[in-house]
Amino acid sequence: MKKILISNGHIIDPANNTDHTGNVYIADGKILAVNEQITDFSADLTIDATHNIVCPGFIDLSVRLRDPGQSYKGTILSETTAAASAGVTSLCLPPDTSPVIDTQAVTELIADKSEKANYPQVYPIGALTHKLAGTELSSMSALKQAGCIAVSNATSPLSNLLVLRRAMEYASSHNLLVMLHPDTPSLSNHGCAHEGAFATRYGLPGIPEASESIAVAQYLELAELTGCRLHFSQISSKRSAIKIQQAKKYGLKVSADVAIHQLHLTEDDIEPFNSSYHVLPPFRTKKDKQSLRESLANGTIDIICSDHQPHDLDAKLGAFPETEPGISSLETLLPLTLQLVQDNAITLSQGIAALTQNPAKTLGIQSGTLTQGLAADLCIFDPSLSWAVNNDTWKSAGRNTPFWGQTLKGRVTHTLQAGKVIYTL
Amino acid sequence: MTDKNIEIPALLTKLEIQLKALISKRKLKNPLMIGIHSGGVWVAEQLHQRLNIQEPLALMDISFYRDDFSQLHLHPQVKPSQLPAHMEGRDIILIDDVFYTGRTIRAALNEIFDYGRPNQVIFGVLIERDGRQIPLQPDCAGCTITLPVGQRIKLTGPNPLGIHIQSFSTEKTVA
Amino acid sequence: MTNLQLNKEGKLKHFLTIEGLSKEILTEILDTAESFASMSEQKVKKVPLLRGKTIVNLFFENSTRTRTTFELAATRLSADVLSMNIATSATSKGESLLDTIHNLEAMHVDMFVVRHAISGAGHFIAQHTAPHISVINAGDGQHAHPTQAMLDMYTIRQHKQDFSQLKVAIIGDILHSRVARSQIQALNTLGAKEIRVIAPKTLLPSHVETLGVQAFNSIDEGLVDVDVIIMLRLQKERMTSALLPSEREYFKCFGLTENRLKLAKKDAIVMHPGPINRGVEIESSIADGPQSVILQQVSNGIAVRMAIMSLTLQNNTETL
Repeated sequence: MKKILISNGHIIDPANNTDHTGNVYIADGKILAVNEQITDFSADLTIDATHNIVCPGFIDLSVRLRDPGQSYKGTILSETTAAASAGVTSLCLPPDTSPVIDTQAVTELIADKSEKANYPQVYPIGALTHKLAGTELSSMSALKQAGCIAVSNATSPLSNLLVLRRAMEYASSHNLLVMLHPDTPSLSNHGCAHEGAFATRYGLPGIPEASESIAVAQYLELAELTGCRLHFSQISSKRSAIKIQQAKKYGLKVSADVAIHQLHLTEDDIEPFNSSYHVLPPFRTKKDKQSLRESLANGTIDIICSDHQPHDLDAKLGAFPETEPGISSLETLLPLTLQLVQDNAITLSQGIAALTQNPAKTLGIQSGTLTQGLAADLCIFDPSLSWAVNNDTWKSAGRNTPFWGQTLKGRVTHTLQAGKVIYTL
Repeated sequence: MTDKNIEIPALLTKLEIQLKALISKRKLKNPLMIGIHSGGVWVAEQLHQRLNIQEPLALMDISFYRDDFSQLHLHPQVKPSQLPAHMEGRDIILIDDVFYTGRTIRAALNEIFDYGRPNQVIFGVLIERDGRQIPLQPDCAGCTITLPVGQRIKLTGPNPLGIHIQSFSTEKTVA
Repeated sequence: MTNLQLNKEGKLKHFLTIEGLSKEILTEILDTAESFASMSEQKVKKVPLLRGKTIVNLFFENSTRTRTTFELAATRLSADVLSMNIATSATSKGESLLDTIHNLEAMHVDMFVVRHAISGAGHFIAQHTAPHISVINAGDGQHAHPTQAMLDMYTIRQHKQDFSQLKVAIIGDILHSRVARSQIQALNTLGAKEIRVIAPKTLLPSHVETLGVQAFNSIDEGLVDVDVIIMLRLQKERMTSALLPSEREYFKCFGLTENRLKLAKKDAIVMHPGPINRGVEIESSIADGPQSVILQQVSNGIAVRMAIMSLTLQNNTETL
């Protein structure tokens, strides 16, 4: 295994309180030293990180690779390539693949494919219920054994609270993290936009915030009842944030993530009928965006994820409500996070923590940090490098993003996974 | 913007004489006189009186029948034609102020024929000028003139009637 | 979206929604409609304006009355008309919509008149159709029904002339109404003094004031002193989707009765886009009464649609 020296970079490692210029030494796929000058280190590869930031590789809690099952939207190879170019060294794959990740066989298939794609750190999230149908428990023990890092019902409805309670209890007894998308299907009622001024003007079926916050309240109660470790996936509203903040104050072991684009776009930004803006949960109001940013700053929301959902062209071709929701968002994760720092919503250290230390903590993995002895997962990026989002720069198979054609600031120059360089700009 | 020395009453008289002769020669029975908006209507009003036509004067706006629909814009002040319901088999006297390219009369004839098959149509104008683009011509004219390219002649009115000659840079065929 | 409807010179090329159109453009449509209006009284009800043009009525949602008025409007302009009723399921994808469009384009058509159950369908088609084709929205989901709004404005203008003094009340299922949304936009653009929407809370959309209206839950309050009353049709499904308890209760609370009509101005006009539910939205006597202009709306619909068709095709100077 190579000996790598990353020299003279601005090292930011929130887990170790590191924030200054220095060197990182890597050997045998592990971090050998950070900052300390090692004199007789004959590096096989030296990366000059002057003017660049060196931080732990990003851990993304929600990345849809579209594999197995929807290879016309993306493959493990294409999307992990995009992940690598985005500085992501570990990613979680939600269970709504085809077939669903509710068997050992599928879990092992994914591991196999990732291995072949030279991106081994794909963490499958197992299905909470069999086939995600919300009626029977999945074989969570087997899934955990096979390598699932958590369980979730993805975006499939969980209308029966009794089933949910039991699923949470069962997951808890196997010490599995339960990741839930808070939504109340009877209220969201096939809506495609936030129930507010924009949806009213354009006659689009709306989704009230209450649909999300009611589910948050329900799941919090069940988490307390069952003692289950709970994580909220992709919060979008102020009302939800308030409840989560209260729960944390109260002492519940709960965490939450927000999709990076929810921190930037609101219903006011939506170009009417442009399906690039069709996402679930929907873009809400300025008030919600402000609250999400504040929650990130004060720790109510711990984690930023990409909520990467690449789509084929046809999926976005149609009248807005008929198109499939979702943004291809891995590659805009870093520049949009840096924009938050630019906007003074959070500090750079907080931003990196939300992408590294905090997801690692929630998942319970030894990662997201540049600690001696741990696997060398790193991201080196140039915060001032501008680049245009277009065919020349884009790696994902899905071009469905409202940021297409825009110029963003901040780009990954190198990504290392377990001491191996998996991406160079 | 100069007014040529054209006497309108003289033109009207000349036109009236010619029409009278033709009406007789062609044996028009109970003719229907139609004036084409807007200048033709003013001229027709005069002639209708002078020729003592019994049938009430009819009016026609040819805007919807123009052949330059996509170049010009629908003029919102289009007045609907006021034509009698029965045109089939009638003798018609069509009157306009200026005959120029022939497109107006082409449109007018199309509109008349959409209403029914007339027995015959005779066509009189106050002023016939050069510049024909369609193989049609008036049966009677108060006068015939030539104008340099880039000049347009128009009847003003209704009271008093006057002649207006205008220069413009782009040739836009109107009459 | 403004760009989508207008050509390079800022003239109307597609007619998809009232939003984004200037008062000048709306007025031009009304004025042009006036010149077509008297045509229906003539013996020969045709003009050759659109001769040689092919207009396709693409109706993904059933409608006899709107479709027939568009057919009649096109025929009176001497255009060739093709009417297609296409059944769609709720899971219909953009694919088949596009394929349908492209197949028709291959037959060298000039205009699509589209009615669809999904909001935004008209925009989608206009964005993806060949540049020489004009698209008219005959109603898309809950979003817009701009030709209806224009014929309503035409009818109001016939009776009231000056919009700036008008108080207009729209009563009924605003939440689901594309007609109401377009009417509100047109009234605001034309400078109406006051626009009121009157409905039970369940039938008012969220943040409805952002549309530029005042919301009332009481018809007795909302009708005071209005000049124009627009009734909306109540669909039967509203009772089964827990939006209203019954037609009877709706009529009791929100039906236009003779007594309630007295609250409005003496010369107030009563409008309805049709078809009317007698005894549900409106008392029969009012629908047939002296203040009702409902039938005029129907005949105005043809002239207004003729105006919109001829204006958009005339302004679409792109060639095949």
